[in-house]
Amino acid sequence: MSEKLLKVKDLRTEFFSSKKSSVVAVDEVSFELEKGEIVGLVGESGCGKSVTSLSIMQLLKDTPGRVTKGEVIFEGKNLLTASKKEILNIRGGSMSMIFQEPMSSLNPSMRIDRQMIEGICLHTSLSKAEARERAAKILTQVGIPDPQRVLKNYPHQLSGGMSQRVMIAMAMSCNPQLLIADEPTTALDVTIQAQILELMKKIQKEQGMSILLITHDLGVVAEMCSRVIVMYAGKIVEEAPVEILFGNPTHPYTQGLIASVPKLGSGVKVLPSIPGSVPDLSSMPTGCRFAPRCKYASEKCRQQEPELVAVNDKQKCRCWLKQ
Amino acid sequence: MEKILSLKNVSKTFPVGKTLLGKPDKFVHAVNNVSFDVYQGETFSIVGESGCGKSTTGRLINHLLAPDSGEIHFMGKEITKLTQDEMRPMRKDMQMIFQDPAGSLNPRMRVEDLIAEPLLIHTNMNKAERMNVVNELLGIVGLSSKHAKRYPHEFSGGQKQRIGIARALTVNPKLIIADEPISALDVSIQAQVLNLLHNLQEKFSLTYVFISHDLSVVEMISDRIAVMYLGFVVETAPKELLYQNSLHPYTKALLSAVPIPDPGHHKERIILEGDIPSTIDLPKGCPFAARCRACKPECLEQRPVTREVEPGHFVSCHLYK
Repeated sequence: MSEKLLKVKDLRTEFFSSKKSSVVAVDEVSFELEKGEIVGLVGESGCGKSVTSLSIMQLLKDTPGRVTKGEVIFEGKNLLTASKKEILNIRGGSMSMIFQEPMSSLNPSMRIDRQMIEGICLHTSLSKAEARERAAKILTQVGIPDPQRVLKNYPHQLSGGMSQRVMIAMAMSCNPQLLIADEPTTALDVTIQAQILELMKKIQKEQGMSILLITHDLGVVAEMCSRVIVMYAGKIVEEAPVEILFGNPTHPYTQGLIASVPKLGSGVKVLPSIPGSVPDLSSMPTGCRFAPRCKYASEKCRQQEPELVAVNDKQKCRCWLKQ
Repeated sequence: MEKILSLKNVSKTFPVGKTLLGKPDKFVHAVNNVSFDVYQGETFSIVGESGCGKSTTGRLINHLLAPDSGEIHFMGKEITKLTQDEMRPMRKDMQMIFQDPAGSLNPRMRVEDLIAEPLLIHTNMNKAERMNVVNELLGIVGLSSKHAKRYPHEFSGGQKQRIGIARALTVNPKLIIADEPISALDVSIQAQVLNLLHNLQEKFSLTYVFISHDLSVVEMISDRIAVMYLGFVVETAPKELLYQNSLHPYTKALLSAVPIPDPGHHKERIILEGDIPSTIDLPKGCPFAARCRACKPECLEQRPVTREVEPGHFVSCHLYK
């Protein structure tokens, strides 16, 4: 369990509107992922969690975004300096991704079999017929009762839950070491969400892969992850094992976030809420980025930005109160 | 308590597809035989998954859609047969808050005009009087009068939803239909808007019909809850009864599927198999039969009748007779 599968060091991703002006979407992001671990990356919209995953996957090519600093080391290799060919080999092979919108991430004009076989043939030496067999087998594993029929279908013939199963099957088809799941259940209904989460847990156990689960839903995190990274306005503000994060959150943002989620069966009528809203990327406050919304903020918080430091041997926090 | 709204056997279908002669050949059965009452001052929630007919029900109540059959009474008056012209004065007492705050505000109108528009239609106030109301309402929803001259794009999602709420409040409505008012908002903003809705209810003694898919949110805000599946109301109960003693197998599964933000919490989860069936060809028997673990032969053959199992707790299921 102690082997590091993925190391992200001091990652910075900027989006350029012209040659000179840019907004920094992700900054100073460093974390590690061990083999067989499910880590949650949590935050609200615009906090940089999806950009972090796209930076890891090298999927920013067609956007104005560029990684301008840092390292992404996967299985000992720095992906940021790797050649295009090496990246193509890794992506979809030992590292794959599932997206939020299952419907729009499948090609609507291709039957499921062609979409699945394409990936398998690219990363293995299987023939088309063998790849098709493998695709059918994986579809059974993800709980699709009639894989032969689904293989012949077009994406529009599948429901949301079914398409997400197909996406997971596709991501699993080359036995990846790392699965990045970007809000995999956000577009789904609760009963379907429960099915998909259960499925991801089962597959993770069977294959022993690592999952980086990106979500804004703290309930999903509590259920799935062993460790959690909380992001706010492009930076990591807290990192801790899941029990500690929910039991003893140290950053005021994490505390506020956990308190502001209604819990089933708690019986409260009014929730504590965080005042204000997330800052705009182009006009970040100087000092701590959470200071304008923080009830503990002092003059120091407004002027100087704190570092992410270890508060004990398991927990890291970016807050002046804890340094 | 006084009944403010009452639905009796309301159904609504939408035509899909056309035959050669241009007649619709299939129908989506969006809302089927729905009956419930809403009392003055309470929050009545309708929960269910996508496609269960909860939003259509909201639109039927507001008469944005006319039902195919059944009756809707609002403040003692039957509104199902009213024309849109006859309905307009009624809407003064019945306002709506929508899911997508950005989509429900005209991007080319200033906030003050957006909020004042209902006053223009429903009252004879002059401009100064209208602006007084606007400024007061902006304060009530947590914005300030300096925001009045701005356009919607200058606001964040949570602020836009506050503007939507202010607009719904301008004409002192009795009933507010809130269709997923917080699901497009970020977690930390959701709590702000929920608290605002709660405070406004106390301040103006409002009645809410709250439409949502999120059971944790519904538990917080509701007095009574109706659970919908495939266009049918399968269970209606006061909040405490529904959460502590849910009876319908679908409600049980739905409650057990909600992820709890507490890693120490372990509960038995009911994983439903399969997907929600299509509403074009409704099942002959119980709408939930195909996914139900307790399904018996009679469930496939016969629609269950709604029964009052304990005071105020209604359920449509063959298990309870």
